[in-house]
Amino acid sequence: MALTGSILVLALFVVAFLAPWISPYDPEKIDLNHVLSPPSSSHWLGTDQLGRDVLSRMIWGSRISLKVGFVSTGIALLIGVILGAISGYYGGWVDQVIMRFVDIMLCFPTFFLILAVIAFLEPSIWNIMVVIGATGWMGITRLVRADFISLRERDFVMAARAIGASDWRIIFSHILPNAMASVLVAGTLGVAGAILTESALSFLGIGVQPPTPSWGNILTAGKDNIDIAWWLSFFPGLAILFTVMGYNLLGEGIRDALDPRLDLQN
Amino acid sequence: MWPYVVKRLVLMVPILLGITIICFTVMHLAPGSPTDLQTQMNPRASAELKARLRAMYDLDKPLPVQYWLWLKRMVVLDFGRSFSPDRRPVLDKIKERIPVTLAINFLSLLAILAVAIPLGVSAAVRRGSLFDNLTSVLVFTGFAMPTFWLALLLMIFFGIYLDWLPISGIRSLNYEYLPPWAAFWDLLKHLILPVSLSAFGGLAGLSRFMRANMLEVIRQEYIMTARAKGLPERVVIYRHALRNALLPIITILGLSIPGLIGGSVVFETIFAIPGMGQLFYMAVMARDYPTVMGILFIGAVLTLIGNLIADVAYALADPRIRV
Repeated sequence: MALTGSILVLALFVVAFLAPWISPYDPEKIDLNHVLSPPSSSHWLGTDQLGRDVLSRMIWGSRISLKVGFVSTGIALLIGVILGAISGYYGGWVDQVIMRFVDIMLCFPTFFLILAVIAFLEPSIWNIMVVIGATGWMGITRLVRADFISLRERDFVMAARAIGASDWRIIFSHILPNAMASVLVAGTLGVAGAILTESALSFLGIGVQPPTPSWGNILTAGKDNIDIAWWLSFFPGLAILFTVMGYNLLGEGIRDALDPRLDLQN
Repeated sequence: MWPYVVKRLVLMVPILLGITIICFTVMHLAPGSPTDLQTQMNPRASAELKARLRAMYDLDKPLPVQYWLWLKRMVVLDFGRSFSPDRRPVLDKIKERIPVTLAINFLSLLAILAVAIPLGVSAAVRRGSLFDNLTSVLVFTGFAMPTFWLALLLMIFFGIYLDWLPISGIRSLNYEYLPPWAAFWDLLKHLILPVSLSAFGGLAGLSRFMRANMLEVIRQEYIMTARAKGLPERVVIYRHALRNALLPIITILGLSIPGLIGGSVVFETIFAIPGMGQLFYMAVMARDYPTVMGILFIGAVLTLIGNLIADVAYALADPRIRV
């Protein structure tokens, strides 16, 4: 399972890095003589409504997915780990304030909020990454907080405190490494979620803007030509499915490998 | 029980205040304003006219004042008037669209329960079997499935290739002239794809959760007792184990409400369903602040009430929990 996951994820990395060399056409080159042509030997996955090669657009689109997945999860991890660590380590009113804030954020229909913010800002890939990250940290905060609460009374923390280590040092060099297992798992699963959200936003037309190719915005073209060009809808979605599945399997694999205790939670 | 419910209801007030403050701030701090959108197409719009428009919408006042004005109206459930050209009250707009969204979400919740529970139970009872492995594959596919893509594929297959089901709206054009049973069938046909798709998204999570619960419960000693006294396996599984494994599902249902509401934006846009999600999408695109705020507010209220009902139902169902 984890193996399948890592192969899928690795394949995505390879494709994204090699995009300039392996894509058969320029992804933004318009060819009005071959508009909406079905898959053939010259265009393996067909062409879109402007005659652009779908395979090339998908290969370049993988870069977007990779970037969005990592940057937005990075942002979510940064916020989630810091808030969770402070909340779990200090407890008391700090914990109360942070946890109530988490509760509030969890009450949002998150997708509505993302939609509103992205539509009001200029739709650009950076805005998308920031907003997906800024609305996806609550689960991580709760996980890290729970780990910190159970770890902060342990002997090794006591020992660190006894030799006069600062709070900052205890949090980041003593407790956090012990909480990394759940952070890593949440991060991997977060990448999968971010890729799904980006593709949904691009599909709705407020994500990555054409002509820049993204799997989501190729699907929009698929929807517009749904009655005549099935290939425009079929292949990009398949790519999303396999990528997200890859990260999910990898996350589950890491969970099993690092911490068998965590298995009971799901 | 009642003091608890009242306490929870009172606690909702600060949470709702927090939510609306965040929404209001984020929305108004974003660059661009509704008056720009309304006037940019009109070369004759003077600076003075823009200022008048801004004053009409109270957009010229400082942000805290605007929020205060909004809040004062909200207390008496006046959501204000939409910024869109029809200038209709936001509450009316939401009222005519909310039943569609709620109905679809409710039906898909029923579908999720009807499929996920038997699936999870059977997988747990036959742990490690071919059936269990197949459901695991299904679950992982379900987790990873971009549902809007699945929607497109089903539209192509059932709507265009087989031509069995309509692919947009919730009613046919000749709806008003159909006899009642045909009208009902027409509505049903329009709802099949959206409901089953929105159910598919929740199915994976819930069946996996159900399986985990079941495995947990089967290990308990009271199950061993039931087996030891010679009850048939069917009774042990369905009467003794299932009932206990079902309890946590109540909480999960409560927590799944924001996801369902959020998902309706995508579905309603794809299938052109006139529900709240579609209204929200259009309002966001037009920077119709009162409508956006109204829908976010209603969404948050639905979520909070859903969570409360889930907690109360849990306490009613499980005598071990006291609130």
